Amino acid sequence: MAEAIGRRETAAAVAYNEEVVRWFMLATVFWGVVAFLMGVVIALQLAYPWLNPGPEYFNFGRLRPVHTSAAIFAFGGNALLGTSLFVVQRTCRASLFGGPGLAAFLFWGYQFFILLAASGYVLGITQSREYAEPEWYADLWLTIIWVTYLVIYLGTIIRRREPHIYVANWFYLAFIVTIAMLHIVNNLAVPVSIFGTKSYSAFSGVQDALTQWWYGHNAVGFFLTAGFLGIMYYFIPKRADRPVYSYRLSIVHFWSLIFLYIWAGPHHLHYTALPEWTQTLGMTFSVMLWMPSWGGMINGLMTLSGAWDKLRTDPVLRFLVVSVGFYGMSTFEGPVMSIRAVNGLSHYTDWTIGHVHSGALGWVAFISFGAVYHLVPRLWNQRELYSLKLVSYHFWISTIGIVLYITSMWISGIMQGLMWRAYDHLGFLQYSFVETVEAMHPFYVVRALGGVLFLIGSLIMVYNVWRTIRGDVSVETREALRQGAVAAPAPAE
Amino acid sequence: MSLWKHHEHVEKNSILLLILILITVSIGGIVEIVPLYTIESTIEEVEGVRPYSPLELAGRNIYIREGCYSCHSQQVRPFRDEVERYGHYSLAAESMYDHPFQWGSKRTGPDLARVGGKYSDEWHVAHMIEPQAVVPESIMPPYRFLIEKELRHDDIADHLRANRAVGVPYTDEMIENAVADLRAQANPELGIDGLLERYPNAHAANFDGNPRVVTEMDALVAYLQILGRMVDFSQYEVEDLIQ
Repeated sequence: MAEAIGRRETAAAVAYNEEVVRWFMLATVFWGVVAFLMGVVIALQLAYPWLNPGPEYFNFGRLRPVHTSAAIFAFGGNALLGTSLFVVQRTCRASLFGGPGLAAFLFWGYQFFILLAASGYVLGITQSREYAEPEWYADLWLTIIWVTYLVIYLGTIIRRREPHIYVANWFYLAFIVTIAMLHIVNNLAVPVSIFGTKSYSAFSGVQDALTQWWYGHNAVGFFLTAGFLGIMYYFIPKRADRPVYSYRLSIVHFWSLIFLYIWAGPHHLHYTALPEWTQTLGMTFSVMLWMPSWGGMINGLMTLSGAWDKLRTDPVLRFLVVSVGFYGMSTFEGPVMSIRAVNGLSHYTDWTIGHVHSGALGWVAFISFGAVYHLVPRLWNQRELYSLKLVSYHFWISTIGIVLYITSMWISGIMQGLMWRAYDHLGFLQYSFVETVEAMHPFYVVRALGGVLFLIGSLIMVYNVWRTIRGDVSVETREALRQGAVAAPAPAE
Repeated sequence: MSLWKHHEHVEKNSILLLILILITVSIGGIVEIVPLYTIESTIEEVEGVRPYSPLELAGRNIYIREGCYSCHSQQVRPFRDEVERYGHYSLAAESMYDHPFQWGSKRTGPDLARVGGKYSDEWHVAHMIEPQAVVPESIMPPYRFLIEKELRHDDIADHLRANRAVGVPYTDEMIENAVADLRAQANPELGIDGLLERYPNAHAANFDGNPRVVTEMDALVAYLQILGRMVDFSQYEVEDLIQ
């Protein structure tokens, strides 16, 4: 509970496994750079098609899943696994179940899955299920890894020395369990041969479409939302040194969020051959989902009550809090886009891409940056980061990058949607398809520029993290620590 | 209030928490997905939808392999502009043998649900080799390697069998003749009577101009040319197609 967070525990009392958390944090930073770099590459390919050099391995179609998987599963996944294993030990005052060996297996097994998936995409091995592209052999491997993760996580909770299970762990647990369910069902398939990579989905057509988007939307709902809300519920109170705003709100937030999210998948299939009743259900629940989403946002933001001034002096807290702001923005935009009439315009356009990135860059990446910046000094036993000023630079450069990204995609998406349906005064379609493609070019350039800024920001983080681990402290950080502008943690924490 | 007090039990019992989470997250999926299998009108009753011919299936696998679905949808929505631009809106029946579905989610390029028969084979081949040669403003990557790569098809019967295992009605005869049908569709001189009997409406041609080898280009163009051509919409009124 809230008071459990405030309690100062020393690592000496319980032998926490911090080694594996350190690996996960380094993997988060590494894969983050890879994901942003791949994003820039494919954004440039859309702006300048001659950047598809010819050999099939580097065409847009094969690199796009490398980017999405690197962002979601490699960058986001490592951030989730690492923070969850840190949080569960601290809030349960117990070391990881299964010991260091099982934790190391989880880490390396997960990295191996990422390599299996990415190498497959480049070689043309894919199920074509968005965000579930890996073929059956990689899926089976991930199932083993995921069960290991659940065993470690739940086992640690079971042997906790706190009577209550802290709210961040509810969210992490829902994330782990639901992703297991989604992953297994959505990837049911029959391989052509056990020596080959190709398989055929167990479902077809309309049922396959809904199964995939039931998975796809809840990969967003549980991987990119519930899991990262676990980060919010631990790291914002911790960094702001305030208890969670409302305990009751967190209960309502949790159960309503996980109940409603699962229904939202059909909004990806508006006006398709999916029966209308299913579309209507999906739309209704997507609109309702706005409420728990904003309930969670309020709970996160209001945790800063009495500590708002820290936003001025602590750029790490700024990352965490602004991410919740982006979460609020994209969880408002989402329900709007799920309304059938709006979706008729937005679907199949860049508006969706912009929406995804306001969530992925603004919410997921920013809260992960905040968690990394908070954890790195603690995990490597330093008083604070090498430079808080560099954190500030990272924050502003990335924020400008996000703004360029989402505004250019709003304009190009809405413009293309309107061009597709435009008629001239004689009653003919006004634009050929390729004219609408041509009109996208300037916005694709701006979008790529936004991506470059986001990538530059992440490279600043790499430098800062590296100097921090080395034990360096910049002059301005030393000064800030001396004046007490940032909360210096107890070294052991 | 007592409700909050009861929640304490959940917070203190991890297995109870786990079970309640599982129940909570299962409901939505069950209510939405299961009826799609039980309500018969979900898939319209139309004639003409058949399993893909072996060459079309191989082409479809290339379409999937290259990630074409990242930029092309195969789902025409019932809007005036889409029906005018692409053709009749898509039916659920038209993808009933698609494992997996290829409806897509983004139109960086145009919808392909009804691209079959709109362009000549030569146009498709030239377009794949260098898209900008036929559509100067196109931002599509080149796929010239398809014409150089021989299509692997020694295991095509296994692909049909795997499809049958997931519910596609391939007959024993179709599986037996899979290799022959595949070769005949890319080189009609080998005789296409059997092919057309088993796969009505299949478009057989020497797609890439090279009759000696079956290339990946042959397969992909064969697939593109059947898209949207299985159902003859002149036979149906709007009321026949209501789900």
